[in-house]
Amino acid sequence: MMKNKFIYFAVLAALGFASCEPEFENEVTNASYSAGEADFSTYVAVGNSLTAGYMDGTVSRGGQMYSYPNLLAQKFAVVGGGAFEQPSYADDVNNLGGLTLGGMQIAGTRLVIDFSAGGPEPIAGTPTIEVSNLQAKAYNNMGVPGAKSFHLLAPGYGNLAGVALGQANPYFVRHATSPTATVLGDAMSKNPTFFTNWIGANDVLAFATSGGVGVDHNVTGNLDPSTYGGNDITNTNVFASVYSSIVNTLTSNGAKGVVATVPSVTAIPFFTTVPYNPLTSSVLGGGNTAVGDATIAQLNAQLYGPLKQALTAFGAGSRINLLSTTGGNPLLIKDESLTNLSAQLTAAFTPSLGAPTAAFYGSVFGQARQATAQDLVLLTTRSAIGTAPVGVPAPLDKYGITYPLEDKHILIPTEKTAIADATTEYNNAIRAIAASKGLAVADMNAIMNRLVSGLRLEDGQIYTANYFAGTSNISTVLFSLDGVHPNPRGYAVIANEIIKVINMHYKAKLPIYEVGGFPGVTILGSN
Amino acid sequence: MRKLLSLTLLALAGTSAFAGGYRVSLQGQKQLAMGHTGVAVVNSAEVLFFNPAGMAFLEDKFNASVGANALFAKTKFQNETYNWQNSTDNLGTPFNVYASYKINKWLSAGIAVYTPYGSKVEWDQDWQGSHLVNNIDLKAIYVQPTISLKVSDEFAIGGGPIYVTGSVTFDRNLNRSLTDENGNRSDVNLEAKGISAWGYTAGFMFNPCKDLRLGVNYRSEIIMEARGGDATFNDVPVFAQGTYSNTTFNADLPLPAELTAGLSFNVTKKWMIAFDFNRTMWSAYKSLTVDFDNNVPTSVNARNYHDTNTFRVGTQYVVNDKFTFRAGWYKDESPISAGYFAPETPRNDSMGYTGGLTYQINKKLGVDASFLYLHFDEIDASYDHYTENGNVIPFGGTYKSSVFSPGIGLTYSF
Repeated sequence: MMKNKFIYFAVLAALGFASCEPEFENEVTNASYSAGEADFSTYVAVGNSLTAGYMDGTVSRGGQMYSYPNLLAQKFAVVGGGAFEQPSYADDVNNLGGLTLGGMQIAGTRLVIDFSAGGPEPIAGTPTIEVSNLQAKAYNNMGVPGAKSFHLLAPGYGNLAGVALGQANPYFVRHATSPTATVLGDAMSKNPTFFTNWIGANDVLAFATSGGVGVDHNVTGNLDPSTYGGNDITNTNVFASVYSSIVNTLTSNGAKGVVATVPSVTAIPFFTTVPYNPLTSSVLGGGNTAVGDATIAQLNAQLYGPLKQALTAFGAGSRINLLSTTGGNPLLIKDESLTNLSAQLTAAFTPSLGAPTAAFYGSVFGQARQATAQDLVLLTTRSAIGTAPVGVPAPLDKYGITYPLEDKHILIPTEKTAIADATTEYNNAIRAIAASKGLAVADMNAIMNRLVSGLRLEDGQIYTANYFAGTSNISTVLFSLDGVHPNPRGYAVIANEIIKVINMHYKAKLPIYEVGGFPGVTILGSN
Repeated sequence: MRKLLSLTLLALAGTSAFAGGYRVSLQGQKQLAMGHTGVAVVNSAEVLFFNPAGMAFLEDKFNASVGANALFAKTKFQNETYNWQNSTDNLGTPFNVYASYKINKWLSAGIAVYTPYGSKVEWDQDWQGSHLVNNIDLKAIYVQPTISLKVSDEFAIGGGPIYVTGSVTFDRNLNRSLTDENGNRSDVNLEAKGISAWGYTAGFMFNPCKDLRLGVNYRSEIIMEARGGDATFNDVPVFAQGTYSNTTFNADLPLPAELTAGLSFNVTKKWMIAFDFNRTMWSAYKSLTVDFDNNVPTSVNARNYHDTNTFRVGTQYVVNDKFTFRAGWYKDESPISAGYFAPETPRNDSMGYTGGLTYQINKKLGVDASFLYLHFDEIDASYDHYTENGNVIPFGGTYKSSVFSPGIGLTYSF
């Protein structure tokens, strides 16, 4: 009797405790989250390279997975978001990126750090992404690298025949539903219930990354974008008008969405990595300061001294200062906004150099000055410093040292101002248009500006807008090696910021990403 | 009888037998059933662990107790910010062997083998907290030759040296994002086997009157010094292989000292109540510092444990020659301070609920059964001492653990 009771009791106890799984009072499940007022069943993203998942100078099969729309869609799926399809990069078999047109390479492979060599370089291999491999299909991710605002409305932007002529976009060609399709038209064919629209950066970025060689149509007043060059700044009225019709179309079926502002493009590492004054004695001496000091003495005696003397005579002595053996000396640049003193310099140099040489010096240094902290040196200029300009003989055959870097190498203050003014106007238009439609605004411009000084995110890490600098910022770098586009970690930051805006504006509750778990830049042992 | 069962059930309905940190309080079936009290209880050879002084008061000439537990420890983790869920289920098998022999009226000798420290936590490889731990397995076996001297019928002292042999394996990812060229997360695996160390235990027991015993026991700190353990780096990208290459390492892990004081009281001839208080000197555990023998930077993982108190109460009722029932409860403090809650030891304060019985097959041989259920409240906690590029990256969320451990043992005496 006693024994039976015990066995009964023991079985009961065992059953009781087997069911003692730890349980949370509020278990976190997908049901813990909500879409709020938004309907994510069909999400479509329109935009440019930033939306396409472009990084390291290209779109690759691997990089595209980290596009912020794709990251967003995975979180939307928690609260009823539907399937999200991106343009196919199945032909990027080896995950190299780049492009070919008719078998000819027209864009380089993705940039990697070659640990054995140091700097960023295209990953070895030949691209297999063929532009004429037409998919003729509308996708949820309609981010088209290179697109400016007005391109989204332009028929023929996806016409294969236009690529070689520079009239069409090779990325859009690959998936445009027809040669006359528009990006926005294809996007709308998906009948979006929710959209993100981050267009506009290229309307000013192309001018900036070209070093300001394009035309500012806020100055020309040209309102016809079909006549714009690739590196021009879009007129702000054109931008506002185009942006308005894009948003009108996107919301025409009642879709809700998020629009994003144009970031302050001059804050990206493409413009902030190379200092204006890299010319130390050590650099000029190839690592040997004794050689550098001698070089500086020689440059001062033979070029900088005479130049300063001549310029001083014309009231422009501040353009050039003698080089110092201590500290970094500024690069020699051409500033097309300066009064051209070629004739005066030619006259001044003729007695000592003879007329032909003096004329050459006059033409070279007529608008030359040393760079200041107000100038921005392009990332791509780094490899030009010290190289020989085409057809220029010694001793002037060193860009930035004995020969002024050109317009395309540098952003000077007037160009920066043009860029900043256009960006401000675009963003005013974006905010006004969004407000008129009740849309949420992701202020990427503000985020970018905060990244410049370092932004502490949810995971505790302080992220910055700096370029990859080795192990010192391997865990905090958000930009890819092209210096313009984010790396996967950076796209996760963008996705998070958009989610926060959605949560706030549409009273949704979506989880965010842990940014620090995303890859940074790609470092290979050798290439 | 019915009354007894309901008492035991009450204990069951309550809450848990794991102590804080990596202490595992499962050192005997009889005493575990009584809330793991025992510093002033003379029941069986289990007293060699609880208080060696009590060995001298054992009535039989020879006493042996062997036992083992199946320790089911489960921890769930979640974080609402990121929609993270994870859990870890682990099985441990602590065991003990105790034997004593009465050499003469006043002197007894014995040997104890037991496993008071251990930790096995295995999360999914590359889980959300993998930069802190993927898995850990700490084993330590204590071997304790023991001697006890009955100074008088009221007072005895006892103690002995402790030899510890142990091993530890530990695996974590190098950081939150580093992978090899194929996207496999880089991790380091540390393994040290055959670590040995020495310590001691000592105690006294005092019986001021017939039905009351008092006891005090101290078990010294023992530092497990891993020397020349193997550090194996896995899935490290080529560029980092110059730094993260396989090597050996040194690390110290303290098994802290424990001071216990308590009393037992015979309410009736059949009914005993016991109280124990443990003070565990966890503050010895400042950091887990792994010093590599090559140029891999020394890994310093702050722990800053604090000393803890454990309050235990247990009771035992001898029904007849065949059956004895036991129940107990204890409150166990976690040594982990706020901000140091690492998922390798996901233990917050807990309540232990215990029960058990002995079935005496014959006068010499008995079967002991026990169980323990440890209840942990859910806790929002984080570990705030991991850094990347110089900035602190907290890792946390909500944790909820439970531990259940049935045990079985044999007692033999004559």
